[in-house]
Amino acid sequence: MDIVVLVKQVPDTYSERKLREADGILDRDAADAIIDEIDSRGVETALQLTEANGGEVTVLTMGPDRATEVLRKALAMGAHKAVHINDDALAGSCAVQTSAALAAALRTLKFDLVIAGNESTDGRTASVPAMLAERLGLPQVTFARSIEVDGSTLKVERVVDGGYTELTSPIPAVLSVTEKINEPRYPNFKGIMAAKSKPVTTLTVADLGLAADEVGLANARTTVIEAAPRPPRAAGTKVADEGEAGSKVAEFLAASRLI
Amino acid sequence: MSEVLVLVESVDGVLRKVTGELLTAAARIGTPSAVVVGAPGGAQALAAELGALGAEKVYAAESADATTYLITPIVSALATIAASAAPSAILLAATVDGREVAGRLAVRLDSGVLADVVDIAADASATHSVFGGSYTVQAKVTKGIPIITLRPNSVDATPTAAAGTVVPVEFSVDAATSATIVAIHTEPAGDRPELGAASVVVSGGRGVGSAENFPVVEHLADALGGAVGASRAAVDSGYYPHQFQVGQTGTTVSPQLYVALGISGAIQHRAGMQTSKMIVAVNKDSDAPIFEISDFGVVGDLFKVAPQLTDAVNARKGS
Ligand SMILES: Cc1cc2nc3c(=O)[nH]c(=O)nc-3n(C[C@H](O)[C@H](O)[C@H](O)COP(=O)(O)OP(=O)(O)OC[C@H]3O[C@@H](n4cnc5c(N)ncnc54)[C@H](O)[C@@H]3O)c2cc1C
Ligand SMILES: Nc1ncnc2c1ncn2[C@@H]1O[C@H](COP(=O)(O)O)[C@@H](O)[C@H]1O
Repeated sequence: MDIVVLVKQVPDTYSERKLREADGILDRDAADAIIDEIDSRGVETALQLTEANGGEVTVLTMGPDRATEVLRKALAMGAHKAVHINDDALAGSCAVQTSAALAAALRTLKFDLVIAGNESTDGRTASVPAMLAERLGLPQVTFARSIEVDGSTLKVERVVDGGYTELTSPIPAVLSVTEKINEPRYPNFKGIMAAKSKPVTTLTVADLGLAADEVGLANARTTVIEAAPRPPRAAGTKVADEGEAGSKVAEFLAASRLI
Repeated sequence: MSEVLVLVESVDGVLRKVTGELLTAAARIGTPSAVVVGAPGGAQALAAELGALGAEKVYAAESADATTYLITPIVSALATIAASAAPSAILLAATVDGREVAGRLAVRLDSGVLADVVDIAADASATHSVFGGSYTVQAKVTKGIPIITLRPNSVDATPTAAAGTVVPVEFSVDAATSATIVAIHTEPAGDRPELGAASVVVSGGRGVGSAENFPVVEHLADALGGAVGASRAAVDSGYYPHQFQVGQTGTTVSPQLYVALGISGAIQHRAGMQTSKMIVAVNKDSDAPIFEISDFGVVGDLFKVAPQLTDAVNARKGS
């Protein structure tokens, strides 16, 4: 079973994330950049599936030069090879454009499964995997909290608002995983050393056969009209409990007309 | 005025509240048309209610297949209706299904999508609240029919009743490229308000210590008539089910009152609750970051403070 895992470099959620003043686009230089935690769970899923069923794991990202770091991280975890869509023309792409570039790259690769995160911590559209299924004409098996492979059939529990659904799907398919799927392994020293010599292929807009006037910020399907930071919250009263704090909170709530 | 399509969300034949919110938002842009995708008869059963919520037309995209396959029947139905109705926008709920349908539809119709907005204007531009409310961003779709997913509970439904005329729709489903829905499991909603919509939320963190201790959180929530939430650490430790997680990767809440019990206030937790009107925190560590954003903070043991508060609230209700 050959698997392509989509991994995205995102600003670390532990650091302060900013929008650029000029165009309201994510300021990727303002915060530390890391592999999105959900995508390391995607890599873990792929490694477990190939360990059980054989096959190779390819990791695919679209991002600037420094996005190579997340590919190396995934390779160090145990992925076999990597593909990096890297072209200045792609900067500022919206989700629809991103899915076009990712789909074009996927068409050049051999796979039984594509695995993505259910939702990125920066884009948060939670729809790139569904868009890929649309473009590739494959079943989407998304928001999985558990996965079972039974021959050429997938069985998945999909988390939805207010419950979950049981799905089955033929393979190949586009799968996305939710954060309770697994705990990703840490790369060990051997893995980190091995990653240095694993192949990373770079693809440009021209390589993907995409038209230059369809990609990037100038051609994005959505545009920011205005972005404004919200004033930070100030701290209020703080009391130490000396046996009466519960009643004090009740008085505070009553004074604020909340009870 | 041109039509604005609204995808209807319902559970077991009962409309989700967000459907009314979407129809109100749609009326700002044009004439709202509700789209019901499901088993035969469903649209007719909902038509009167959808009309009362402002739907001029109720498109009935119905077939036995519509509920068998995941997402694709809805995409196909909306694309078919869009081709003949030429709507000025398509609005969906920012639910798991809604956001995926929106994404696929944007690809199929070659347009753009604005995801998880908290407000929609008459020109179909919309407002996002990003990084847990740290920024407010106004955006618009620049190509094709704008497709927008609205976060539930962000727009008040203020309907002007309309005809609610049922219009049947023929559409096809590509079974070969779809996953099959084998079973649907709905979690019992219980007596408490829905987490995302509640005006009071009481959340417990790792400080609660165990699943057995979680009633200390529930009792306070019940006294306040609120919903129960949990931090990711509490969920991952098995104290409380996943669907109650508040934060970056859980539910975003913005209630009148948020009470944090034994929660440190990590940035990813704050991302899901910092736009609450009033925040009260109980934590035994006086340096816990949650106090930086609390209107009223108590440095103390939650097992002493929360029961006393619960009793005080109940006593005030009794008097
Ligand atoms: C990508 C990503 C996404 C994330 N998404 C989320 C998310 O959606 N939601 C979320 O919550 N977290 C999320 N996190 C995790 C987050 O970083 C924190 O680990 C988590 O919020 C901590 O939960 P906690 O405050 O309950 O636990 P802790 O940080 O361990 O805090 C427990 C607190 O309880 C206090 N305490 C202990 N005993 C008592 C007592 N008896 N009385 C009073 N106080 C007591 C302690 O002083 C401490 O401050 C995410 C992290 C990442 C990397
Ligand atoms: N630029 C990208 N490169 C690689 N994968 C991506 C990219 N953008 C989105 N994805 C994948 O799509 C998932 C969902 O992202 P989103 O739809 O932005 O919330 C992510 O978790 C990734 O697996």
